[in-house]
Amino acid sequence: MRFDREMADIRFGCGLSPRIAPPRDIQQMIDQLKGPDEASNVFPIPKTETILELARASRAASQQRRSASTEKSREDAREARRSVRRRVQRLALDSLANGFLRRALTEDGLRERLCAFWGDHFTASGKEARWRHARPAYVETAIRPHVTGYFADMLRAVATQPLMLHYLDQHLSVGPTSRVAQGNRTLDGLNENLAREMLELHTLGVDGPYDQSDVRQLARLLTGLSYNLKQGFIYRPGFAEPGPETILGVTYGQGKGRLEDIHAALDDIATHPSTAAHVARKLAVHFISDEPAEALVAHIAARFRDTDGDMAAVTEALLEHPAAWQPAAENVKRPVDFIGSALRALDIVPRHIPKNDPRKMLDLLIMPLALMGQDWTGPSSPEGWPEANEEWITPQRLAARLQWAMSAPFALRRVLPDPEDFALGALGRAPPQDVIRAARAAETRAEGVGIVLASPAFQRM
Amino acid sequence: MAGHAPARREFLSNGAALGCCLAASPMLTPVTFASAPHDHRLVVIILRGGMDGLDAIRPLGDAAFSTLRPDLRLNETDRGMDLDGFFALHPALAGLMPLWRAGEFAAFHAVSTPYRGKRSHFDGQDVLESGIGLEDRQTRSDGWLNRVLQQLPGAESETAYAIGRSDMLLTRGAAEVADWAPDAALVLSPQAQSLLEMVMHDDPLFRDATIEAIALSGTDLAAQPGRPAPRGGDMMNAMRENMRAARGGARPASIARFAADRLRQDTRIAAFSLNGFDTHSRQDKSLPGALERLAEAIMTLRNNLGPVWERTTVAAMTEFGRTARLNGSGGTDHGTGGSMLLAGGAVRGGRVLTDWPGLTEADLFQGRDLRPTRDLRAPLGWLLRDLFGFEQHVIENAIFPGTEMRTDPGLIR
Repeated sequence: MRFDREMADIRFGCGLSPRIAPPRDIQQMIDQLKGPDEASNVFPIPKTETILELARASRAASQQRRSASTEKSREDAREARRSVRRRVQRLALDSLANGFLRRALTEDGLRERLCAFWGDHFTASGKEARWRHARPAYVETAIRPHVTGYFADMLRAVATQPLMLHYLDQHLSVGPTSRVAQGNRTLDGLNENLAREMLELHTLGVDGPYDQSDVRQLARLLTGLSYNLKQGFIYRPGFAEPGPETILGVTYGQGKGRLEDIHAALDDIATHPSTAAHVARKLAVHFISDEPAEALVAHIAARFRDTDGDMAAVTEALLEHPAAWQPAAENVKRPVDFIGSALRALDIVPRHIPKNDPRKMLDLLIMPLALMGQDWTGPSSPEGWPEANEEWITPQRLAARLQWAMSAPFALRRVLPDPEDFALGALGRAPPQDVIRAARAAETRAEGVGIVLASPAFQRM
Repeated sequence: MAGHAPARREFLSNGAALGCCLAASPMLTPVTFASAPHDHRLVVIILRGGMDGLDAIRPLGDAAFSTLRPDLRLNETDRGMDLDGFFALHPALAGLMPLWRAGEFAAFHAVSTPYRGKRSHFDGQDVLESGIGLEDRQTRSDGWLNRVLQQLPGAESETAYAIGRSDMLLTRGAAEVADWAPDAALVLSPQAQSLLEMVMHDDPLFRDATIEAIALSGTDLAAQPGRPAPRGGDMMNAMRENMRAARGGARPASIARFAADRLRQDTRIAAFSLNGFDTHSRQDKSLPGALERLAEAIMTLRNNLGPVWERTTVAAMTEFGRTARLNGSGGTDHGTGGSMLLAGGAVRGGRVLTDWPGLTEADLFQGRDLRPTRDLRAPLGWLLRDLFGFEQHVIENAIFPGTEMRTDPGLIR
């Protein structure tokens, strides 16, 4: 069980490509990861500021419509609204297309996989129209710059992102004895949602050493975290519950709420040994197996503890452990990984992606993703996407994969490779003989390519 | 994980193209067409997110309620429909009033699973669907509805259906459960089918799911009213058809229609989930839609089951209730006690069954939640005894370990 170039691209990258050689060794994977982020320069995805700008434009158009008094001004207001809608649609389709093009053409596939993993770990998605397409920008802003940084910095970044604050209702939380709550004795305005998920999902894990009182105390500490459309993240001292708060036995703050006290608590929680264990297991499950070797989990957790959560080092710990290179491909690709690696194997380039045709984008990417179980706007719960293979390979979800495999490559590419050659390129040096035989026996190139993509040899990683 | 077993009859009609896949499938038991020996139907609906039982079934007769819910507009129409002089039904559940009047709708109030503590959706749903408390469990559990099947003599792969795009712990386990989403369909040439069989053959997970997908797609089960069944040959058109059907999502009505269609035949148990009950803010705006979808699902079942409705029980349950007080955002946070709803022609309804704990500060669980006075597994246990003839000790040991069933609420006519 040791490093293998093709396995490196399939299991830790975005799949095999006919034009890009797989990594030579682990060092090259780490060096690329620490080097410049080429893919995001070539295939840009807007950041949170663009989402806020569009939300402001949308709000302005609504105000314009309300105050319009003449037919001319009403028409102007309607046109302003249509213009904002077109820009939002443009942004959403471009982000989707560029996300897949990164996977198809990157030389640094590990970075795409880590961004997806951490974006999922810190799941946030829009609960109302203006945030519906904000998830890619959120990942680009809060996750992507930190995949080789410290876990604590990523935690701080997500905890101050408007999308996360919106998603887990933090901006609605009011300290019970805060300045704003004074004189309004009727309601305890605390909202525990972010505090709870932060402990349960983002850091310590549900088996971690915390209880309801820690959730409550952290919720009190987090009051004041908010956002507006003009500035994005803001800290509102008037909403903050006066300290001190005690979380996991450590006391933070005194009197007036301060952002520094929140940072201090997040740093402590981020480097807690339970966080190390929780994150290590999630990484091993995500990249290797639903039931990973305990030695692998322990190795990653130890590196996390030893480095205070330096995620480049933590990633390296995953890659350097022999169990990471077990020959059996146990995990099933998620729909995004499945489609992304298929596009990569098909040598898709930008002109193949119909990003200016919303209807085709819907038919070829957006709806197939939904039918395969991975809606493009994000998972339906803060827990993120499920890991277990059985969650993804149900009859109806597999039906969507098979249907896509048989029809989408031709629709995207028009000219398809010889299925046998395609099998050798997509599956690596030692493809299963059954798949080669089936590829040869197919009646059409589309079916032959589809059979290769549908094969468990391609769908597992 | 249960094998994904295809519906038997459809499977046979497609068998010719499946060759050795057929031999390898979990279906290669002696083929009989006998249905399960029991004639009752059970539909379990999981309400995901934590339904606010205090808002769904409102205790207007409790004086403390109005101080907990000052936002509730207390004019006549918004208060809800009076049930028994003490409880009232949320206006968004108005569609169920005909059932209440016919004695075909009942509610349990102040009930919960044994889950306490961190009020996590995921743990809460895990306990609800496994039917076992976290502390009573050694390993990862199977689902209680799957254990019901394990105890049913003569149960077959088509006896139970999990419906919808998501896989549920509730039905997971050693017994075979068919599953399908009404909006999935697969169109393959015969040659493609046999080549798929070749490449899937050695991977049971993929092989079994492929067999079932092909079997179900080969029938009119995938077709929805107003939409023709996809024809073979043109795969791209078929995919377009799928997309069009799926664009609106699998709505409760289409799920319920599919369930009714199966339940009229050999299926005895069906399960699906409805989302949208996690109402952390503006509950007056966010909860009605979710409740309306629940009412729509139940009424679609009734309208499509025909005479089978008389032998049907629908049980709708959720992972936990919500805080008794509104939070600062006009919503409610994760709580403990809540309500469970029963409907069906078989149900002795027209009742809200509860050992009401009261809502004063001292009555509330941990000073914040409706105090659960009964484990919801107890009435479910009685229900299972009445529907399927299980002995009490089977329920208390095998299906809901750690549950005391106590007194019989007499749920079935």
